[in-house]
Amino acid sequence: MARMDFEVVVLAGGTSRKLNPLVSQEIPKALLPVANRPVLSYVLELLEASNLKDLIVVAEGEDAALRIGGWISGAYVDRLHVEVAAVPEGVGTAGALRAVASYLTANDVLIISGDLVTDVPPGAVAATHRRHSAVVTALLCPAPVSGPSDTGTSGGKEKAKKPVCCNIVGLDPTRQYLLHMATGAEVEKDIRVQKSILRAVGQIEIRADLMDAHMYAFKRSVLQDILDQKDKFHSIKQDILPYLIRTQLNSEVSDNGVVKSESGMDNISSQNDLRWLSQHREIAPSAFQEPHAFSLKSLPDARRTHKCCVYISSESKYCARLNSIQAYSDINRDVVGEASHLSGYSFSAQNNIIHPSAELGSKTTVGPQCMLAEGSKLGDKCSVKRSVIGRHCRIGSNVKIVNSIVMNHVTIEDGCSIQGSVVCSNVQLQERVVLKDCQVGAGYVVTTGSDHKSESLARK
Amino acid sequence: MDMRRPPRTVSDPKVRQVGFVTPSVAPPTRSLSDAPTTVAAAAAALSASSPPSGEISLPGSSLSPVMIPPPRHASSDGRPSAPVAVPNPASSLRRDSLRIRVGSYNASEVVLGTPPSASPSSRTDYTASEFSEEAMSPWHGRSGTAKVASSFPGSSSEMIVMKTGVVGGGGAGSTPKSPLTTASVVKTLPGISEKEREVLMGTQNDGAGASKTLKEKTTKAERRALQEAQRAAKAAAKEAGAGVKPSAASGSAVAANTKQGKVVKPPPQKKDGPQIAPPSGTSEKKVVDRPPEKDRKKDVPAPRMQFDDKHRVEKAKRRAVVNQFEAKNRVELFRHLPQYIHGTQLPDLEGKFFQLDPMHPSVYKVGLQYLSGKISGGNARCIAMLLAFREAIRDYSTPPEKALVRDLTAKISSFVSFLIECRPLSISMGNAIKFLKNRIAKLPDAMSESEAKSSLQSDIDRFISEKIVIADKVIIRHAVTKIRDGDVLLTYGLSSVVEMILVYAHEVGKQFRVVIVDSRPKLEGQVLLHRLVAKGLNCTYTHINAISYIMHEVTRVFLGAASVLSNGTVYSRVGTACVAMVANAFRVPVLICCEAYKFHERVQLDSICSNELGDPDAISKVSGRKDLNHLDNWADNENLQLLNLSYDATPSDYVSMIITDYGMLPPSSVPVIVREYRRENLWI
Repeated sequence: MARMDFEVVVLAGGTSRKLNPLVSQEIPKALLPVANRPVLSYVLELLEASNLKDLIVVAEGEDAALRIGGWISGAYVDRLHVEVAAVPEGVGTAGALRAVASYLTANDVLIISGDLVTDVPPGAVAATHRRHSAVVTALLCPAPVSGPSDTGTSGGKEKAKKPVCCNIVGLDPTRQYLLHMATGAEVEKDIRVQKSILRAVGQIEIRADLMDAHMYAFKRSVLQDILDQKDKFHSIKQDILPYLIRTQLNSEVSDNGVVKSESGMDNISSQNDLRWLSQHREIAPSAFQEPHAFSLKSLPDARRTHKCCVYISSESKYCARLNSIQAYSDINRDVVGEASHLSGYSFSAQNNIIHPSAELGSKTTVGPQCMLAEGSKLGDKCSVKRSVIGRHCRIGSNVKIVNSIVMNHVTIEDGCSIQGSVVCSNVQLQERVVLKDCQVGAGYVVTTGSDHKSESLARK
Repeated sequence: MDMRRPPRTVSDPKVRQVGFVTPSVAPPTRSLSDAPTTVAAAAAALSASSPPSGEISLPGSSLSPVMIPPPRHASSDGRPSAPVAVPNPASSLRRDSLRIRVGSYNASEVVLGTPPSASPSSRTDYTASEFSEEAMSPWHGRSGTAKVASSFPGSSSEMIVMKTGVVGGGGAGSTPKSPLTTASVVKTLPGISEKEREVLMGTQNDGAGASKTLKEKTTKAERRALQEAQRAAKAAAKEAGAGVKPSAASGSAVAANTKQGKVVKPPPQKKDGPQIAPPSGTSEKKVVDRPPEKDRKKDVPAPRMQFDDKHRVEKAKRRAVVNQFEAKNRVELFRHLPQYIHGTQLPDLEGKFFQLDPMHPSVYKVGLQYLSGKISGGNARCIAMLLAFREAIRDYSTPPEKALVRDLTAKISSFVSFLIECRPLSISMGNAIKFLKNRIAKLPDAMSESEAKSSLQSDIDRFISEKIVIADKVIIRHAVTKIRDGDVLLTYGLSSVVEMILVYAHEVGKQFRVVIVDSRPKLEGQVLLHRLVAKGLNCTYTHINAISYIMHEVTRVFLGAASVLSNGTVYSRVGTACVAMVANAFRVPVLICCEAYKFHERVQLDSICSNELGDPDAISKVSGRKDLNHLDNWADNENLQLLNLSYDATPSDYVSMIITDYGMLPPSSVPVIVREYRRENLWI
């Protein structure tokens, strides 16, 4: 039996268009290095720490699946039992789930996006889900503050530090139930709240400072039904979740009555059981002891209802999704900075990580919140601040790297200056290149003396 | 089990003084755990009281009548021959020390399980393979004498060493007795504490060389003398020890002894010789005496965990699944009840959702629901727990090499302790658990696992249906006969049975009005009000402050109960007692509706010793009144304690009638229900 009757599906995604030119066929999104570790490893290690060792990883595209599978089997052999499934590209999260839905057997399913970097225990979401016997429970976290940190001496002046508003969330006064969720394009539109829900709850708290972290606990039977019935549904967040929220007072989901949720797995529960259980509900005042506001909702089951719950992580927990280039540099910065416990490395006294095999030239300084992976060489008089430098990079003299991410096997020649940029693997920066807020795709060669600002450079 | 210990330590000394208990009983642990000190103490006591001749000294230290005579005689016999191994100078002194050492030695021996008489011989035989390595080294040590003997007049610890030497030597020479069957006993050897072993090891070096010669010299008479002396000294040491500190450990020691005593019993009996008879007698007594005492203790219910006992709380915490942070300022009178900082437990437990291994998901879920207050009310909690157990039993499979009966009982116990951590059990749940465990224990051995499981599941179903569902229906039928047209019925809080009664009475067309009395902080009455109004009942809603005004118009009071205790006391939601008292003052009959499975044989006179504390914040905060913030951060003020009690006890004087599934009865008849119906219906 699955642990605590939960199964875990990690949606690793494929090659996201948003992250061009960082991702490529060779490096799907899940393997994008964050502090020199694939981003997927953060999720896998979080799950491992929670004792969840049987996972299903779904990747978009055969290639991506192969690469992800290969990496997992190398890195997590004997630690995790992972099954990797490949789905065609562009099927969306709902499609990805549809592909693996038939393999699921446990009572509840925990679905985690592979690009999540967090330390919120998945158990908390699962426990909340269980406690409420909810149909779906979503993890909401305080929306991350985007943009470079204000301690940055340069860069991002024009990008004011502002929380990104990615979701508009409606909660009941006890902040346990999810009553409204607007995502994506809807955020810009007017908010339409269902009158029936409003009447049932009496009071809705609308918040824009919460972000859907894409960690959901679903009741398996309900999820499967929805996936079967609504074959138009493309994404969990855009379709399934709003659908469940919308219909929570008037449930169309086939068999998710109270009885079902109470009895859990009911393959063998006889008619007899159901009678007991229903009587239990009748007797137990607890059925009505939801927040008083909800008492209307739980009146006689003339209407069938289901519950959509939320787990709101505390401010102290780190939670971010790697879904944009900005988020990528933010997460990199945070993982070697304020959320350093996530990186799994031990920091030196200078609050940075320099691999012993890295070579530093004379008068080269590596500031705090930096990371220098193995085999990298820095020439003389270089300066590295708040940046991550990958493996086996060759960096010449008089190079300045600030607020940037340099991946593996990058060659940076003398006199370059890199600010707020992402330089992918195997890139060659020739002498005196100046990059500011740029992204350089893998294998690109930036010619001598060129000066780029806010550009995306990639091989055609 | 640790809870049971204190009473045991209290009772033990008493028993001991009566002289009923063998002297070897209590001190062993002491002499084992810190032999030197005890012995020294004993030595001091003895030498103080004893005149030169050993035999006279003994009675001085009030020994148990049963024990003393044989040692006295024997020791007087043996004495002349004893000196062989020991230098002359201070015979009296030596005698004391002898006794003393022997005492502690004997004690250890008892723990080892070897009868005093048997041990010398087996000791002789120390090369015999029967002795395990660990056992051997001490004995080796003891057999070393020569040097020690010379250093004899010194400190008591030295004396000890010497004595051991003598003893060892005594056994060596000519014992014809076979080593007996002590081997098996020795293997159970846990008795020798590290400390003592060290001490003995130390002595080992001294005397190793000389041991042989000495052994040869000792005669049978000597040995006998020694034995008697040992026995006497042991008794003395024990006496002294008992005076010094009756330690809690003695309880466990007693248990250990009893066990060992049993094992050892046969050999001593087989033996011949006058000096051997008494020990066998003593060991026999051990066997006979102890078990009944144990049983007696079993009958007494374990006292509840007292949360003002810091030591125990620490211990319990270490075992706990839920990390608990105790609230700081607790009300003095209620310190013995568990109170934790509210809101710390749930996140902690939720975070660990996947990390608790043996917990069944449904049990876990119920625990979470208790903790979050999502399930409350005696019936609801009981049903939820039983259903969770039912699922756990369904998914259970006996691990290999284990018996279903035992393993499942242990499992259920672990579930229960988890649930207790989430929220203290209600009495109804306690009864249900007792029922379930009883059913498990009564499963026939021959039954297959699947049969057993399905039988248990149907038992649980039966319990729920008969004891709760049908019981409620019966109560409703009974109660409705007490409702007349034109009545004004008052109820307090939210009781599922009372709600059903009111609804049913309304459905059968009775004309009545309901007064719902409510109280902060839970305001459960509002839920009831909501539902009754929705059903079309005529209701009045008020808070408990107004109880004396509203009581004028009331003709009946219907109350629910968490439990009814055997003295008729009704244990229920806090405030119930107040309502009942006011009703009594106004001569309004108070009817308590309570299923018989909630009855308990306990007697409780107040609501202090056993109660439950709620979240103090709940009473300090008023919802919807943000301006009432005077009590914010109250926890920082050391002089302020908030008390949010959950239950209170209504004395039977205020109760006119209790309506149960066995009919309507006065509170004085509760013991009858408990006595007559418990055994038959719950336990069979």
